[in-house]
Amino acid sequence: MTTKVFGEPVRRREDARLITGKGRYLDDIGSTATLAAAFVRSPHAHARILDIDVTGALDVEGLVAIYTYEDLTGPLAEPLPVLIPHPQLTAPRTGFPLANGEVNHVGEPVVMVVATDRYLAEDAAERILVTYEELPPVVGVDAAREARHAVHAEIPDNVAARHHQETGDVEPALAAAKNTLSFTQYIERSACMPMEGKGVHARWDAADSSLRVYTSTQASTSVRAAIAAKLELSLDKVEVIAPDVGGGFGVKIVHPWPEELLVPMAAIALQAEVKWAEDRREHFVSSAHERQQRQEITVGYDDEGRITALDVHIWHDNGAYTPYGIIVPIVTATQLVGPYVIPVYRVIVESVFTNTVIVTPYRGAGRPQGCFAMERTMDRIADALGLDRAVVRERNLIQPDQFPYDHHLTFQDGRPVIYDSGDYPGLMAKLKKLVGWEEAEQLRADAGARGRMLGVGMALYVEGTGPGPYEGGHVQVLGSGKVLVSTGLTSQGQGHETAFAQIVATELGVPIEDIEVTTGDTRRFGYAVGTFASRAAVMSGNAIALAARGVRAKALRIAADVLEVDPGDLEIDEGVVQVKGTPGASIPLRTVAVLSNPLRYAFDEAARQATQFAGPADDTRPPVAEGDAPGLEHVDYYSPVRSTFASGAHAAIVEIDPATWEIDVVKYAVVHDCGNIVNPMIVEGQVQGGVAQGVGGALYERMAYDSAGQLQNASFMDFLMPYSSEIPDVVIDHQETPSPLNPLGLKGAGEAGVIPGTAAIASAIEDAVGRRITAMPISPTQLYDLMRDQDTERTAAAARRAGTGAMA
Amino acid sequence: MTASVDAERTVTLTVNGVPREATVPVRRLLSDALRHDLGLTGTHVGCEHGVCGACTVLVDGAPVRSCLVLAVQVEGAEVRTVEGLAHDDHQGGQVLHPVQEAFRECHALQCGFCTPGFLMTIAAGLENRDASAELTEEEVEEMVGGNLCRCTGYANIKKAVRHAAAAMKDAE
Repeated sequence: MTTKVFGEPVRRREDARLITGKGRYLDDIGSTATLAAAFVRSPHAHARILDIDVTGALDVEGLVAIYTYEDLTGPLAEPLPVLIPHPQLTAPRTGFPLANGEVNHVGEPVVMVVATDRYLAEDAAERILVTYEELPPVVGVDAAREARHAVHAEIPDNVAARHHQETGDVEPALAAAKNTLSFTQYIERSACMPMEGKGVHARWDAADSSLRVYTSTQASTSVRAAIAAKLELSLDKVEVIAPDVGGGFGVKIVHPWPEELLVPMAAIALQAEVKWAEDRREHFVSSAHERQQRQEITVGYDDEGRITALDVHIWHDNGAYTPYGIIVPIVTATQLVGPYVIPVYRVIVESVFTNTVIVTPYRGAGRPQGCFAMERTMDRIADALGLDRAVVRERNLIQPDQFPYDHHLTFQDGRPVIYDSGDYPGLMAKLKKLVGWEEAEQLRADAGARGRMLGVGMALYVEGTGPGPYEGGHVQVLGSGKVLVSTGLTSQGQGHETAFAQIVATELGVPIEDIEVTTGDTRRFGYAVGTFASRAAVMSGNAIALAARGVRAKALRIAADVLEVDPGDLEIDEGVVQVKGTPGASIPLRTVAVLSNPLRYAFDEAARQATQFAGPADDTRPPVAEGDAPGLEHVDYYSPVRSTFASGAHAAIVEIDPATWEIDVVKYAVVHDCGNIVNPMIVEGQVQGGVAQGVGGALYERMAYDSAGQLQNASFMDFLMPYSSEIPDVVIDHQETPSPLNPLGLKGAGEAGVIPGTAAIASAIEDAVGRRITAMPISPTQLYDLMRDQDTERTAAAARRAGTGAMA
Repeated sequence: MTASVDAERTVTLTVNGVPREATVPVRRLLSDALRHDLGLTGTHVGCEHGVCGACTVLVDGAPVRSCLVLAVQVEGAEVRTVEGLAHDDHQGGQVLHPVQEAFRECHALQCGFCTPGFLMTIAAGLENRDASAELTEEEVEEMVGGNLCRCTGYANIKKAVRHAAAAMKDAE
């Protein structure tokens, strides 16, 4: 059964073009005749615009047009949409496509210049003088919380939202707890940083009054709707296509970016092709960041380390605006509980404005912070009680017989947080074996003998994946035998063309080579939500499987008529419908496709078979039966009742050189459970890539804003994204607890790798140095300062070790 | 408007074995000239300050960051881009370079944006060494260590280098 390729490490179909330079990314579209856009962006974190003087730019040869806020009309002159409204988002704010009198972060677009090429557009942009009156900036979550200044004058406390969930009365539960502890910790800003920045190409067909937009997006259908609404075009006159996209990781789910509206606006106004390709500095200062939070945690627990109550108060830096609502705060709040039983839980996340780049989901989308809070709580309990950190976790785990497990929380999709399936003790057992948890003391002693400090840490997570509302799939068999598959959801390198083709090959019984998959093209599929929250395989994968099953049922029905057998006696393999156990009694699927479309005209040889005089027909029935449709194709949708919950456990072993305080991750172990796996090679690739971002987030990446709101490291020279030399070898083990919620039993896998990195590495460093780690990421310099500071809290474990003489 | 940046010059060079000519402003980067003037969009621009390596091409056989070179600087040079890695099989198809084969085999790419830079750097590294010698881990690190990838976590890229080296050794 060669077409049963579900679960196989099939080599990727998209690679053939990508390794030969034939990929088509955003900036590859267009010609030398395409006009180029460039932007004048705010150099100030917070300022009032007093004047914009474009005179100096006017004599730049090649200048075509200059746009400021004054040139925007209709809905385009209104604030950008609040994409995900929420009742607790009481003070949402969004920017304008071009600044309207005030700027709220460095990098906010103020003027758009269009010229005959990008060099000239930048020349002109440089010559535009904007006069600002500076206002006091609010930088960092603590400054926002103190609210000595306001980002938006009418919101004096800087609070956009106060997200609150609780599962019981936390105060009496804490009061009744045998033990409690309280602590505060911080996590810093990083960013998605796809290798390709954002970009938009727009082409207006004046004769047809239609617009085609290519954009490096994670949500082409919704960009289309936003463009139609903002430019007051009929939806049917707007096409949006996500071409090959050079990575996303979340930043390209936000939409419409100002440029996604302004470039089409200019294309229409100028009756010309216009393109904007973001450069790296623009990406740093005008796209999105994530992760900064201050977390205040109080936990009650018994003498065995079992949690009895958990109270968490988080301040979340949402940057200057809230276009993506409070999704990240909600995800932190609800995913924080992880794989554990938390009898009483209260969480408050205050989402606060700062004069910095907006904060929207970056791979993990609030989960790394939640995991950091929960897992460091586990470490603290273990330290206080003198217990093994693994044992404390094991005592709190939800057990396999407790599924479905209801946390009594409301997730980012508005649906309950009910874990559908999992085996967390199973993950833990595999992890301990994989990393060698029980041998850690020996490793520590060995490293000590070499003059190194060694520590080991672990972190577990549960990840809600595949949220609704829906995705769709279309499967069509052509008379040539080719199978066309499309879904509206977009791809940014995850290998969807391959994974979806594997699903169709398996469901339909056709060779994978005959299948062509299209994603993110509104010309092919108009209804979609987007690629985020590890949802592509779960959502589009299942929708496509259902569509393939529809095609299969129709093919069997038609073939049964022709072969004069019962459809139940037929099977499809290698693109041929055959009577089970009767070799020779068969009909190729491509012939079924021809016959599915009754014809008058024989436009080619194959079509002759379906024309009206081709053979005997039942002349008492219409050629297309009532309720039927011509063509061998089917559209179906998958809409889940709620998210499905993947899970995993990571462990890191670090070695620290006490001369330089360099932190070296010497081993990184991952146990991962995403239910049934379509392609294990692709899933492992996702995990590996996620871990690299987790390590980067734990040790290297930090958006370094100064107190004036200037991003000090807005380049790859200074923002330390890991090279190969920074990434440890990763050992991976799998566990599969299929989801009972969807036909294929899938759970999402895209974000998992990044989630526990910060927590696990913080734990390992703390274990190595015996000092409390309360802020991440951590650099060698920061670790040095921490070690030198007499006030740094020492862990009880370090004192115990010193007492027993195991380590100085 | 200063005249100097706008002054145009005709550059003659060989790209992937084909003589090419482009008339470009003197300030045009080689990366932009390749992509926009010569239509070879396989070379990608990731940072425009020479750190990420996505734009790496071979100039007279050596890896060069084409975003740090002006087009006029490669006058008379032999430039090789990702489009020139595979060679014609004279039967209407192409024979992939061992490093291209290895990238596909080892799942060494996801979004593919950084891939051309890695392919060119590694191809130069492998072609400029004794293929019969055992590949060391230091060599692997050297070949991949200067380029950024945000998707793969590098493990499979390193695997692909070993895979390609083995294939080139077998082909000796």
